[in-house]
Parts: sequence; C-alpha cells; structure tokens
Amino acid sequence: MSEDAPQPRRRREPLWLKLGAPLVIGVLALAAWEALIYFKEIPWYILPGPIKITETLIRDWHMLWPSLLATLRVTALALLVAVVGGFSLAVLFASARWIELSLFPYAVILQVTPIVAIAPLIIIYVDNLTIALLICAWIVAFFPILSNTTIGLNSADHNLLDLMRLYGAKRRQVLWFIRIPGALPFFLGGLRISGGLALIGAIVAEFVAGGAGAGSGLAFRILEASYRLEIPRMYAALFLISATGIVIFLAFTVLTNLLLGRWHESAIRREG
Amino acid sequence: MDPLVRLTGVAKRFPNGTLAVDRVELAIPAGSFVTLLGPSGCGKSTVLRMIAGLVEPTAGRIDWPGLPEAERLGGHPELGFVFQEPTLMPWASVADNIRLPLRVAGLSKAEAEPRIAEAIAMVGLEGFAHAFSRELSGGMKMRVSIARALVTRPKLLLMDEPFAALDEITRFKLNNDLLGLWRQLKWTVVFVTHSVFESVYLSNRILVMSARPGRIVDDLPIDAPYPRDDGFRVSDAYGDLCRVVSRSLHHAIAA
Repeated sequence: MSEDAPQPRRRREPLWLKLGAPLVIGVLALAAWEALIYFKEIPWYILPGPIKITETLIRDWHMLWPSLLATLRVTALALLVAVVGGFSLAVLFASARWIELSLFPYAVILQVTPIVAIAPLIIIYVDNLTIALLICAWIVAFFPILSNTTIGLNSADHNLLDLMRLYGAKRRQVLWFIRIPGALPFFLGGLRISGGLALIGAIVAEFVAGGAGAGSGLAFRILEASYRLEIPRMYAALFLISATGIVIFLAFTVLTNLLLGRWHESAIRREG
Repeated sequence: MDPLVRLTGVAKRFPNGTLAVDRVELAIPAGSFVTLLGPSGCGKSTVLRMIAGLVEPTAGRIDWPGLPEAERLGGHPELGFVFQEPTLMPWASVADNIRLPLRVAGLSKAEAEPRIAEAIAMVGLEGFAHAFSRELSGGMKMRVSIARALVTRPKLLLMDEPFAALDEITRFKLNNDLLGLWRQLKWTVVFVTHSVFESVYLSNRILVMSARPGRIVDDLPIDAPYPRDDGFRVSDAYGDLCRVVSRSLHHAIAA
C-alpha cells in the first residue's frame, strides 16, 4: 500500500511538565498562604494556614471520614441512578420522536429550577433522609447524561443508517451496532459533568437538610463547624469535598481515554 | 437473457416539489459495468439510491427479473453499496467494519471470519485487520468500504462516486483494482461519476444524464476490450472514446 501515509499520532507533552507545572503552582500558592499568615500574624481561628488545616484534617479524621463516606454514598448512588435513568430515557427518546417531544420540556424544567429551591420541599415530603438527598442529587446529575446521550444517539452517520436499511437491519440492531457506539463519546462527556454535579447536588441537599447524627455528610460538618466557629475544620471539610470532586473528574477522564483512546478525536493526541 | 434489474418510467419528485429524476428507462444486464455519467445535481445518485431501495420512486417501476423473489427477502443481501465517503464506523477496527453486514445477517463467527479475511485480501489490506479507520489513509478507507460491500458477495454493486474525494494517483490504482475484482467476481456494477475519463476507463456502457430533471439522454457502449490497464489510459482508442463521451455530456448539459 503506497497510498498516502497513515496519519501519525500526536505526541504527548512530557509527563513531568503535565504533572510538574500545576504542582509547582500549587506548592507556591500554599507557601505564600502560610507566609502571609506568619508575617501578618493572622490568628488561626480567623484564617488557618495549610499546616493548621492539615493538622485538623488528621486530628478530626475520625469524624470527617464517616462524613466523607456518607457524602460519597449519596453522590455515587445519585450518579448511578442518573446514568441508568438518563441513558434509558435517551434511548427511549431516540426510539420515538413523540416521546422526546412530550417529555424533554419537563426534563429542562427540572434542570433549570435551582436545586436549592426544590430541596426543602423534597426534604419535607420524603421521610427517609438518604432518599431525599438522593433525589436532590439525582435531579441535578441526570440532565447532562440525558441531553448528551440523546444528541449522540441522534447524530449517527446517515449513510451508515442507510447501509443498515440496505442490509435489512432491525431497529434493535441499528441501536446496538450504530447508534449506541456512536453516542459513547457524548455519553462520557455527560458523565464527566454529571459526576461533579452529583457531588454538588448531594452537598446542597445536605446543607438544606441540615440533619445531624451519625449518617451526616461533609456539608453538615461544615455547617456544624461554622456554628462553633471552628474555621480550620470548615477548611478541612472543604478540602475533602474539593478532593472528591477532583478524583471523580479524573476517574471519568481516565475512563473516557480508555474507552475512546483509539478512535475518537477528543481522546487522540495529534502532532502539532 | 433477462436483465438483472429494470427501471421503467421511473421518476422521483422530492417533497419540496423538485423533480430530481424523470422518465428513466434502464435495463442492466447481469455482468455489465454500467456508469451513470452526468453533471452535479442531475439525479445520478438518486437513481442509484432508488435501485438500492433507499429512495422510493414517485412514478414508474423497478423490477428484478434476474433475481428470484426469495433471494431478496429481508433487505437486499444481493446488493452492495459504496458511498462517496468511506462511511466507516470510527469505533470499530477494519475487520469489525467489514463484519457489519454479516453481523446484521446473523452469521456465526466461524462463518464470518473466513469471509472477512477473504474480503480484506481482495482489497489488498492484509495486515490492517485490526487498524482503526483514523489510522488509515483516504484510499485505504475506501478499500475497507469496498471490502464491506463485497463481503456479502453481492450480485449487484452500486457505487456512488466512490473515488471522487481521492487524489488522482490513488484513484487510478483503485480503478485498476476495482476492474480486477469485477472481472474476477463477475459482478454487475452500477457506477456513478461525473468524470468522463473515469467512466470510459471502467465501464462497458455509459449512460449520460441531463441536468435536472435528470433523464438518460445517451447510451454509449464502450467496447474497448478488457483487461484494461495503464496502457489503455494513454492509448488513442481511449482518447477517441473520451472525446465521444465528452461531446455527449456537453450536449446533455447544454440541452
């Protein structure tokens, strides 16, 4: 085969640069923060430094860890329901236009109404607190998956669809062979957004619920600490929430690269 | 002998009122290489898509005298279609792309594998079975598309300007390979192009179409002997035939 050469893959930036550059910025920022507190003599109960926050994180771990688990549980369950629900609904939408036309506006309404405004009602009506939190987080998380997957299922190559007709393919075959694989990049894009949103939904709902006790999440720890003016613990809980969000995002980025690495433009690196 | 497919008074008016194709009379004998030649937008592709059953004609009939009814149940396994774009599934390897029609037909892996390997060998893509479409050049992608069309062992291959987007050197090469496959497999081919040179090189019959509404205005036999190769491309006979066909196309556009 002497036809024009296959396109070369894009070269990666060196790993040390990709990891090192943001790391250096982070360390510098933390050092500046610590220095500011040291030289300006800001008391820790107003603005704690990174060292104090780390100490608090370790000291209060016995209390923060169960809270982290509680928040994670709600986030993960909400995301799971959002994935199953959003994906199934998208398949339903793609299979019949009238279903999409009649249901999509309500999905939008659910999406544009701020969760903080609905959460109190949900918490009043739903007895089980975990389920109430789950519903709140789900409302926020499911829409990106639904809307992205719907677009993905509907953007199949028309020539491929014609080809399937020519072969006498059944609807189910068109869905499995063409539409769903083609929708995968859209679905994964939605998943990355929903992962973060599920966490936000869970935190917002916890704030509104304000519930105490053994099963209470990180947001409640922040509320509780703020009543007692325990600023370092607020920061420690905040750090954990933020770290959770980062981990969720990175996990889905890795998943996306694993699934799309060989074929989709978004996951392929090209020679500049 | 009955023609493989016959179009009688076929017309197509699109929902927006455009009459794309009008009064097409056409009989394609088995084993022939027929080219529909015409200016852009003359309805060549529409005729091809009507033969494939992808577009319903608004008037006239399409019959398959050369094909028993039973063989055409459940889609058109007797048809292969190659589009202008390779139309590959980017998420699937070369082998999986070629497997698609066999998967739809429900062939087992054991039945499918040798046929896929055979199709890959026919288009000269040995060693690329596991490559993905984006790792291939334009010409190689088109080869995959042709392999996918021939893996079902079609009686009739419909090709809609398959090489229009390729550079000339690649196109010449694919022209030669296509002719080789046609002679080896004894298909019937209906080929659509707007290139006089390509149509003369490939076909044993050229149908010249006028601009919208598309109508067949000339039926030119190209009786240069096969096998044709690069020697034919530079021969006087080829030049003469191209001149005749160009003149006919010119009239068709002016009419």
